[in-house]
Amino acid sequence: MSRKTAGRLVVPGEVIVTGNYRAGANTVKISSSVIATRTGLLRMSGNVVSVVALRGFYTPQVGDRVIGVIEDLEGNGWKVDINAPYPAFLPASEIFGRRFDPLRHNLFEKLPLGSVVYAKVRAFDRTQNTLLTLKGPGMGRIEEGILAYITPQKIPRLIGKSGSMIALVKQFTNTKLIVGENGRVVVVSRDKASEERVLAAIKKIDEEAHISGLTERVIEVLRGEA
Amino acid sequence: MKPEGLVLINNEGLRTDGRTLNDLRKTEIILGYLKHANGSVYYKQGNTKIVAAVFGPSEAHPRHLALPDRAILRVRYHMAPFSVEERKSPAPTRREVELSMVIRNALEPIVISELFPRTLIDIFIEVIQADGGTRGAGVTAAALALADAGIPLRSLVAACAAGKVDGKVVLDLNDLEDKYGEADMPVAYLPTLNKISLLQMDGKMKVEEFKEALSIAINGCMKLYQAQVGAIRNKYTLEDQG
Repeated sequence: MSRKTAGRLVVPGEVIVTGNYRAGANTVKISSSVIATRTGLLRMSGNVVSVVALRGFYTPQVGDRVIGVIEDLEGNGWKVDINAPYPAFLPASEIFGRRFDPLRHNLFEKLPLGSVVYAKVRAFDRTQNTLLTLKGPGMGRIEEGILAYITPQKIPRLIGKSGSMIALVKQFTNTKLIVGENGRVVVVSRDKASEERVLAAIKKIDEEAHISGLTERVIEVLRGEA
Repeated sequence: MKPEGLVLINNEGLRTDGRTLNDLRKTEIILGYLKHANGSVYYKQGNTKIVAAVFGPSEAHPRHLALPDRAILRVRYHMAPFSVEERKSPAPTRREVELSMVIRNALEPIVISELFPRTLIDIFIEVIQADGGTRGAGVTAAALALADAGIPLRSLVAACAAGKVDGKVVLDLNDLEDKYGEADMPVAYLPTLNKISLLQMDGKMKVEEFKEALSIAINGCMKLYQAQVGAIRNKYTLEDQG
């Protein structure tokens, strides 16, 4: 039995259209054909052809809010793993301010290896590593909760239209979610049962984001029915 | 030396495993076979069984490998000690090192590596059971694993061999035909771009036979390509069994 996908499913290398079209996200134009480069759902807007990918990795973009894990200490900052092909750097001045002095301040005390931070991408291009900043509401070290993972391309579905899916999760389980655009989610909940239901819901969204009727199925999971 | 009494193609034109000259072996594809890899596949073609896994793109280590304008591919083709009749030493042999390079060359044209310079994509091809055509199966499986990892691709690539057995041009040789046949010619084909990314030949064929072999090999690749596309589609549209 097959299930209905929310749009036409394309596979890498598939010729989507030929002619006067422009290649959008996850597509490439070779001679006059627009070809899908990733598995995903087709979106056409005017003459722009794009694919909403179902599989992929995180590529940083300036302004993204990400959840990073401290990987290493360097002379004047931290090396942070943000689940991207490129490492990220968080300058010590983000925590200690401009008066940072490597002789007086202890990087390890503030953010030891393995600690989790909620940060914003300040600068990135593919010739330079990502630079992070902690300026902004809610940014900084995350002290509690557990880390969950989701395919980065599915973060928009986890958030939902103007935050509807997140609101749903909060409504049913009274948990707090911190969502990083790099495919990491911190779940802060009061009890084990609701934590498990939220994790199950995240897994459901990850696996079935492309199938119609996602919201109903997520509600079932959150109620503990599925 | 061909063992006495071994008939590779019988009077009815059937081969040792009951196939006709232009038949491919039956394939089985399970995408997302491994939990920890970014992309993975289990691929079976007749009795040849392969697991392919992809990690990355990630920071290139050692650093000097990284290229400033594109990602690099690192391919490891490896045969498990139990994949052949007599235990094979697990250490990489000269043949495996060469095949790793050949497979890398066959895969490089499909990966849009300019999109993520300075990174490294690791591809592991583990032959679990070998029965001829492992390099072709390795290419076909690796392409699926790359697609499963969400790495941007220009095209998929499918590969299979054609060759000459008992004086006849045949498709997709198994181990017996490979060993005791006259020629073996693996071909990797990129259907979207209509290009060949791997063409090797071992043995002798006449020019006409070569042309015929190339043509049926490309047909075979097209059929495998359909199987690849079908496997990807199935993964996202089939009802969960659990």
